[in-house]
Amino acid sequence: MRHWLLRRTLQAALTLAVAVVLLFLLTHLLPGDPLAREGAGRPLTSVQREALQARYGLDRPLLEQLGTFVGGLARGDLGVSIEYGRPVVGLLAERLPATALLGGTVLVLNFTVGLWLGVRQAVRKGSAEDRWLTTLSLAGYATPSFWLGLVLAGIVGVRWHLLPPAGMRDPLIAGGTLAAAADVLRHLVLPALTLSLVSIAGTMRYQRNAMLETLRLPYIVTARAKGLSERQVIWRHGWRNALFPVLTLFGLWLPILVSGSVFVETVFAWPGLGSLAAAAVNGRDYPLLMGASVLVATIVIVASLLSDVAYAFLDPRVRLS
Amino acid sequence: MTPLLQVRDLVKHYTTAGLFRAGARPVRAVDGVSFEVGHGETLGLVGESGCGKSSVGRTIIRLQEPTSGEARFDGVDVFGLDRTALRRLRRRMQIIFQDPYGSLNPRMTIGAAVAEGIEIHRLAAGAEIGRRVGALLEEVGLDPAYGRRYPHEFSGGQRQRIGIARALAVEPSFIVCDEPVSALDVSVQAQVLNLLSDLQRDRGLSYLFIAHDLAVVRQIAQRVAVMYLGRIVESGPTEALLSAPRHPYTVALLSAVPEPDPTRRRARIVLSGELPSPSDPPPGCPFHTRCFHPARDERCRSEAPILRAVGATTAACHYAESTPAAEAPGRDA
Repeated sequence: MRHWLLRRTLQAALTLAVAVVLLFLLTHLLPGDPLAREGAGRPLTSVQREALQARYGLDRPLLEQLGTFVGGLARGDLGVSIEYGRPVVGLLAERLPATALLGGTVLVLNFTVGLWLGVRQAVRKGSAEDRWLTTLSLAGYATPSFWLGLVLAGIVGVRWHLLPPAGMRDPLIAGGTLAAAADVLRHLVLPALTLSLVSIAGTMRYQRNAMLETLRLPYIVTARAKGLSERQVIWRHGWRNALFPVLTLFGLWLPILVSGSVFVETVFAWPGLGSLAAAAVNGRDYPLLMGASVLVATIVIVASLLSDVAYAFLDPRVRLS
Repeated sequence: MTPLLQVRDLVKHYTTAGLFRAGARPVRAVDGVSFEVGHGETLGLVGESGCGKSSVGRTIIRLQEPTSGEARFDGVDVFGLDRTALRRLRRRMQIIFQDPYGSLNPRMTIGAAVAEGIEIHRLAAGAEIGRRVGALLEEVGLDPAYGRRYPHEFSGGQRQRIGIARALAVEPSFIVCDEPVSALDVSVQAQVLNLLSDLQRDRGLSYLFIAHDLAVVRQIAQRVAVMYLGRIVESGPTEALLSAPRHPYTVALLSAVPEPDPTRRRARIVLSGELPSPSDPPPGCPFHTRCFHPARDERCRSEAPILRAVGATTAACHYAESTPAAEAPGRDA
């Protein structure tokens, strides 16, 4: 077991290293000029351009730039953003809480509502409720999150004035911490709803199928024969076994949530990593773009490592072999 | 003394209505079956795959709902019970499944699986539960210390022993054995059969023993019922039925039992044709499409024979008196 854990961790580290190199190359292969916005509307003179290129190291060969980046990464230094003129690490740290709040909310909704609805559907397979939820979940799965976000912002936010359609804080709100928290919560509803609807739809489908597979198995009949109540059969014997395939999803959902949040944060002007990354792409802000990408890659790789480890600890068959 | 279990005209149809198959004919898995199981008795129920024998086993303990019919267990109308009463009855009627691999929850230690029945029915509490689990494991020939292990750590034969311990945990008086040894190899089959016989003797259990192998049934059952296409075609005391079968289908089944003596040669009856579809059974005698009885005629195709006493057994064949005798296999020890 310890051996396996070590190997799996090394594997994750290797994956991250490969990801960093690939991200670096892809970022620098993007067509476009990172200095295009530097002239404040006027074209840069060749002297200015050379000076800026030298400052950001853009005049060095690509491999040397990669070396510099990796060296900085090892020291926890991700360079200076071209667009903002500030250290990338500081920019990311500022934006991380907003994304963590949004992503965390969505994950919690996803793994509570999604799992519960999936189990309900499997237990009531073929009923009107099951068919309706299937239709809804397929529709939800097929809906692009940025479109749904625009529609929700437009109708609920702009037309009905029920909830703020953009931002995270209302600068005009007075009052203590409680009022501020309530304000953030109000701003959170629409972006969280947008991302959740899409991801819950997927989790639901997955949980429904895993649960249907499990409920067909002979030990479910055994449990009934013992005289257990239907609820005990479903949750203790069925769901506990059907949870595991879905647990793997946790690792797979994160990248989708992160890329989805790039769109959704942009639509709702949510001051998180996603909208920062979107701005970095638009400005070809290499250091910022690299910083955001590497952070996301790290989160995803660590999360899938954790879900593998959780799986191993929870499943006696994996644990003991 | 009234029998422990009395089943009358049991019918189980499966309907397969779907988007593209609306109004399809029901599969008549069990089509009017009656039998009795006495106290401490074993009734063998044999037949080929798809004849409905497992459906019988599962319906009489209501793991599946019957379409119609009646079952009385110790005087109680099984099919009329509500959920609560049914769960209480589950304590007295248990089942052992064919698949020793699939019928144990992979995420539960076997101790927990055996203990669950005791806890559900509140048969013991506290440390007494653990003592009972250990005693049960010992009774089925396993080390009580195995209770902390998981199902995947055991062989097929051991798992079937666990399945038996699990069924015994609630102190039943009747157990449906649904092909409990079909998935095991022959030497392990014998061990499990001996265990079941010992338990029957020690605890006074009654079994409905479902199998497709007559040699297995001969070892354990006092009486046998043979099923074909959802109906019982012949039943009677085991030795009488095996030595002088009256229904041509029983004759054919017997001739399929492997001959232990390689120097003996005997004629095998190989049935021609496929088992007819249970959703579209043939008119008249259900067996007439594959029958080899020399006297078979128009009557067999139009009129369904009823079960009637012929010699020592009861058979559903118009010409049971003149059924050709099979060359029975020699008995091995």
